[in-house]
Amino acid sequence: MEINVLYYLLPSLVMFCCGVYGFLTRKNMIAMLISLELMLNAVDINFTVINRYIYPESTEGMFFTLFAIAIAAAETALAIAIIINLYRANKTVDVRDANKLKG
Amino acid sequence: MNPIIPLLILCLPLLGFLVLGLLGPKMSHKAAGWYGVLSMGTTMVLAYITACTYFFSGQPDFITEGGDRLQFIVFNQDWLAFTQSLVIRLGFLLDPISALLLVVITTISFCVHLYSLGYMEGEKGFQRYYAFLQLFSFSMLGLVVATNIFQMYIFWELVGASSYLLIGFYYTRPSAVSASKKAFIVTRFADLGFLLGILILSYYTGTFNFTDFTSIQEGASWAVSTDSAFGVLAQFQGAAFMGCSLLTWALVLIFMGGMGKSAMLPLHIWLPDAMEGPTPVSALIHAATMVVAGVYLVARLFPLYLMEEAALQFITVVGAITALYAAVVACTQIDIKRVLAFSTISQIAFMMVSLGVARPEFHEGLGYMASMFHLFTHAMFKALLFLGAGALIHAVHSNDYTAMGGLRKYMPITHITFLIGCLAIAGIPPFSGFFSKDEILSACYMNSTLWGVWMSFVAGLTAFYMFRLYYLIFWWDEPDYGHHKPHEAPWPMALPLVFLAAVSCVAGFIPFGHFVTWNGEPYTIHIDWLGVATPSIIIALAGIALATRMYRKKNDLPEKFAKASCGLWTAAHHRFYWDELYLFVTHKIIFNGICRPIAWFDRHVIDGTMNGLAWLAQRLSITIRPLQSGSVQAYVYVYLFGALLLGLITTVCVVL
Repeated sequence: MEINVLYYLLPSLVMFCCGVYGFLTRKNMIAMLISLELMLNAVDINFTVINRYIYPESTEGMFFTLFAIAIAAAETALAIAIIINLYRANKTVDVRDANKLKG
Repeated sequence: MNPIIPLLILCLPLLGFLVLGLLGPKMSHKAAGWYGVLSMGTTMVLAYITACTYFFSGQPDFITEGGDRLQFIVFNQDWLAFTQSLVIRLGFLLDPISALLLVVITTISFCVHLYSLGYMEGEKGFQRYYAFLQLFSFSMLGLVVATNIFQMYIFWELVGASSYLLIGFYYTRPSAVSASKKAFIVTRFADLGFLLGILILSYYTGTFNFTDFTSIQEGASWAVSTDSAFGVLAQFQGAAFMGCSLLTWALVLIFMGGMGKSAMLPLHIWLPDAMEGPTPVSALIHAATMVVAGVYLVARLFPLYLMEEAALQFITVVGAITALYAAVVACTQIDIKRVLAFSTISQIAFMMVSLGVARPEFHEGLGYMASMFHLFTHAMFKALLFLGAGALIHAVHSNDYTAMGGLRKYMPITHITFLIGCLAIAGIPPFSGFFSKDEILSACYMNSTLWGVWMSFVAGLTAFYMFRLYYLIFWWDEPDYGHHKPHEAPWPMALPLVFLAAVSCVAGFIPFGHFVTWNGEPYTIHIDWLGVATPSIIIALAGIALATRMYRKKNDLPEKFAKASCGLWTAAHHRFYWDELYLFVTHKIIFNGICRPIAWFDRHVIDGTMNGLAWLAQRLSITIRPLQSGSVQAYVYVYLFGALLLGLITTVCVVL
């Protein structure tokens, strides 16, 4: 059995759709953040795979993936900090309760 | 001529207005009153100096070698320069009639200032009263010395405003408030015509200056010889509207402004009500000075009116009807000030008729001179009568003759001076009114017998109603005065009475034709004893005799007469229902018939359109507001579908 590009892209697509679905449906901010990470990781897989199969002689896709992982880590840290502060203010992490810009 | 004195004549009353208006509340009554009297007295002296310089100095600016008087502009300052040709100037024009009016206005104004010291003593708002008097004097002086018709219009409105302020002086009395509003609105309405006339005239002539208008008539000593037929009026040639030439329209419209100010017939209704103001104000504004502004305006533009016979005939007809109407009404009024008000209307109408019948071919425009002569004498004796009426009201505390009677015993000075005033207005020689009225009647007879007979009849009526008033006040039956017997007026009130009475005795002997004629050429008055003077004296004596028979002692003749007159007396007592007619026209026709539909249209159609647009915008915003909910997840939904749609479109495009 030959492993072709489709074997990589299909799980990535499933991951992305799960991420989108989770982001749209969940009201818990932590869950939304996790869904966001799922989408990001699906995109990272796509970068790597397409780089490997279509332009095997270059490495930009790989580097972009590494770069995206670093940014995602920072973004997650920031998001968690915001969520913790919102929790302190509202005693909840439900996104529907975070509808006031003033504290 | 040095412009300092003319400038001071205008500035002193203005300064007085500012000082009394701004600092008045801090002054005592006495200080404010005496300041006003002194300020006006100084102005009077300066005006006398100016007029004497003009008439008697014989400087080449004022008089030619042949003795013809000239118009002289003392100064003329650019005030508003819109364009090269459209410049409005403020200046000081000295000619026979402006010099005459300077004397009249300052004299009467000074008398009234002095008189008011006694009459208004202890009134609330004493300083305000004097401030307004000063404002009025300033405006009236500015009006008569105007060098151009626009300056005249500005001051014309200023006198209207100060008249409004003074009529409404007792602003706590509703009748005074409505009278002041009535005066202002009626004269404003007339001024609309005046403004239109000014605009038409200046549009076609390209000038506002009186000297440009008056220099067109050949024969005037200030005329300039022009090659074109009518100089500045060349533009008017052939222009016509609705069968009359445009010049006629312009002149009639300008005269409409004069009709409003001078209370000519359809626009007379404000003057009797204006008697709600303090009596000295009635003497100054509504008898002697402001109400003759209309006569002055016509006299000022007289050379122009001479170009259009139709306009002069219009003036004659309006004046003659007004004179008769006001004289008849004056015979039936109870309020003594209203009798005097209607008498004023009638006498001003005399002046108007006199201007209307004046033509250069009749004794060098005798009517013009007679009109100005009557303006002068009337100002003196009518101010005297009003001030006398003020003294009576001051003594009796009522305006109605029913509260008076037999007063000759209590108030001898007022009695004698009032009698002199009555004799003067009735036209008995040697009092001043005889001479001027005689000139007017002569001018009327020269024009046509109809107007001559008509005005002679009105003159007889004048004698009748004035002596009716005189007998009802000073003779008739003495009512019960109770403990407060009427007392003679204090000296600040008596002094002007005596002074004006003295002037009324001698003013007729002034050789008026030497000073004021329409074209500046001197003219010697001669009285036509046989043709005009003797009949008019007989008519006046008949009127007086009738009044004596009916009103000297208490009797029932007046009542019998009123009953026998088939409603004429009642109609005249109600002033021939002019006020009711105006109320009917304004309330029933204009308010209900025109204003209400317009208000409905405004509220429902115009406002409705605007409200509908606002309603539409609001509904739209409510509909699309949920899109901008602030919920990120909702945005992502939309974004997702948008992205999918775009992807689909791209795919379809690529595949196809």
